[in-house]
Amino acid sequence: MANKFVEWIDARIPMTKTWNIHLAQYPAPKNFNFWYLFGVLAMLVLVNQILTGVWLTMNYVPSSEGAFASVEYIMRDIDYGWLLRYMHSTGASAFFIVVYLHMFRGMLYGSYQKPRELLWLFGMFIFLVLMAEAFMGYLLPWGQMSYWGAQVIISLFGAIPVIGDDLTLWIRGDYVISGATLNRFFALHVIALPLVLVILVFLHIIALHEVGSNNPDGVPIKKPKGSVPDEEKPKFKFHERFTKKYDIVDAIPFYPYYIVKDLVGIGIFLFLFCYVIFFMPEMGGFFLEPPNFEPANPLKTPEHIAPVWYFTPFYAILRAVPDKLFGVILMFASIVLLALLPWLDRGRVRSIRYRSILHKLNLAVFSVSFLVLGYLGTQPATPTSTMFAQIFTFLYFAFFVLLFFYSKREKTKPVPERVTS
Amino acid sequence: MSNAPVDKGRRRFLTVATGVVGGAGAVGVAVPFIASWNPSARAKNAGAPVEVNIAKAEPGQMIRVKWRGKPVWVVRRSTEMLDGLKTHEDRLRDPNSEEPQQPSYAANEYRSIKKEFFVAVGICTHLGCSPSYLPKEMEEHVEGVESGFFCPCHGSTYDIAGRVFQGVPAPLNLVVPPHYYVDDNTILVGEDKGQA
Repeated sequence: MANKFVEWIDARIPMTKTWNIHLAQYPAPKNFNFWYLFGVLAMLVLVNQILTGVWLTMNYVPSSEGAFASVEYIMRDIDYGWLLRYMHSTGASAFFIVVYLHMFRGMLYGSYQKPRELLWLFGMFIFLVLMAEAFMGYLLPWGQMSYWGAQVIISLFGAIPVIGDDLTLWIRGDYVISGATLNRFFALHVIALPLVLVILVFLHIIALHEVGSNNPDGVPIKKPKGSVPDEEKPKFKFHERFTKKYDIVDAIPFYPYYIVKDLVGIGIFLFLFCYVIFFMPEMGGFFLEPPNFEPANPLKTPEHIAPVWYFTPFYAILRAVPDKLFGVILMFASIVLLALLPWLDRGRVRSIRYRSILHKLNLAVFSVSFLVLGYLGTQPATPTSTMFAQIFTFLYFAFFVLLFFYSKREKTKPVPERVTS
Repeated sequence: MSNAPVDKGRRRFLTVATGVVGGAGAVGVAVPFIASWNPSARAKNAGAPVEVNIAKAEPGQMIRVKWRGKPVWVVRRSTEMLDGLKTHEDRLRDPNSEEPQQPSYAANEYRSIKKEFFVAVGICTHLGCSPSYLPKEMEEHVEGVESGFFCPCHGSTYDIAGRVFQGVPAPLNLVVPPHYYVDDNTILVGEDKGQA
């Protein structure tokens, strides 16, 4: 009976075939480690954001008069409203944590290198849309930080010569941030950008499954057809789409093996996630900032304003430059350079395991710079902190410049033929 | 159907022509979507001028009002504040107010009509935060300057005439809005004198 039903479906849409190609007979390298959890965790958080987001819209009032009060109403008067909101607000921070780790994994193991350039670019677009989502979502509670944060970010576009002022006016729809801005951000936050995000995630996965996953050794698991004796091939059935052109080695099917592994990771993640939701939803002012518990007041900027933690590295770069336009350019450049990694890294060896000491150092300095900039971005601007921000901004950019020059003739270790376990 | 040979040139012309007409249509359709983001008629009308009563302002006191949704400051400056303006001119970006950040009647050394009262839009010219007014504590941010404005967002500093210091992210002096004295105790913010 069930079989008949599946046959009926399969004759009409390729259900079983899709399941096999993408899950049950999809060859994933057998040596995935801890770092390979964050893709699936990002998907989980995306689902959490969409689900809780839809529920929040049911009671949220998108107007400058009603927004702040409606959020309080959700928190106090709706059954479990507080939980839905905290799931959403904590989810936003969790999204960035897993996405930053996911991107760092790509840098560790050279996952952006040929032939995965487009996969990396889709990922960078996802990151951009995610930043826009987070920024617009942060305006919606209409607190002090929502208001002044949006004021600063929209003013960034005012630094563009000639059209800047008209452009910011057009984005706001008013001479200052107002209800008009709030309403359009609401529309973009709940409809337009989530749609784009889901489409990009779909493309990201299609691109991944076309070229196959990289792995911690950066060694391909696709070998030329006929080069691998049968007894060395894995004892699993992979879809002929993958085996037609290549001999696949050192792989296991994504389902059930990696699904089960990921479930363990998901369990640990949810444990931490719930701990934050229930015991520290504001995360000491990092996930929900104290000034945002005051309604927006267009006449008064809070004494100390800082963006939510996930924007602070870029914010610190912006602040480090004592020139408006150049600061904005440098901030956007810090993201564009990441997107250009596949072309800036001219090396042929992917994984950090087999790259030079210089590269390891360079990547370490880059990571430290990112973290220090993130910290500086949360602090008030003082001459000392500005000086440090300038030093670490320099180191952040130095990573890309150095990489471009040494990667062409880098002294690497010998790369093994097959993945190590 | 005739068996006449395919006229490729004609086919290409038709394809291009269809594409161009369709493209023009797409641009036309985009207009309402983009234009609807402009400020609405209601938002444009909300810019009425605001009266400020300055009769009770003490020296050193700031009055904040809202004009076009923005904070507008009226600061009654003390004599010490005004005297202090000359001492740091070499550290300013635009000490003589050459950039058009003020109406011509305020383009003087005090950037005001009456030197006692400083009227400015309280929005930092960097990224739009509202700077804090520091009548006494400015020394913490700029050496040797007692009073001024400090932007908490990115650390831009202005003197008590709203002139921006060098070496900070803000590029320009604070904006002085159009305003005039209706009588000795009232300033009208948002209109030049004699304007209908």
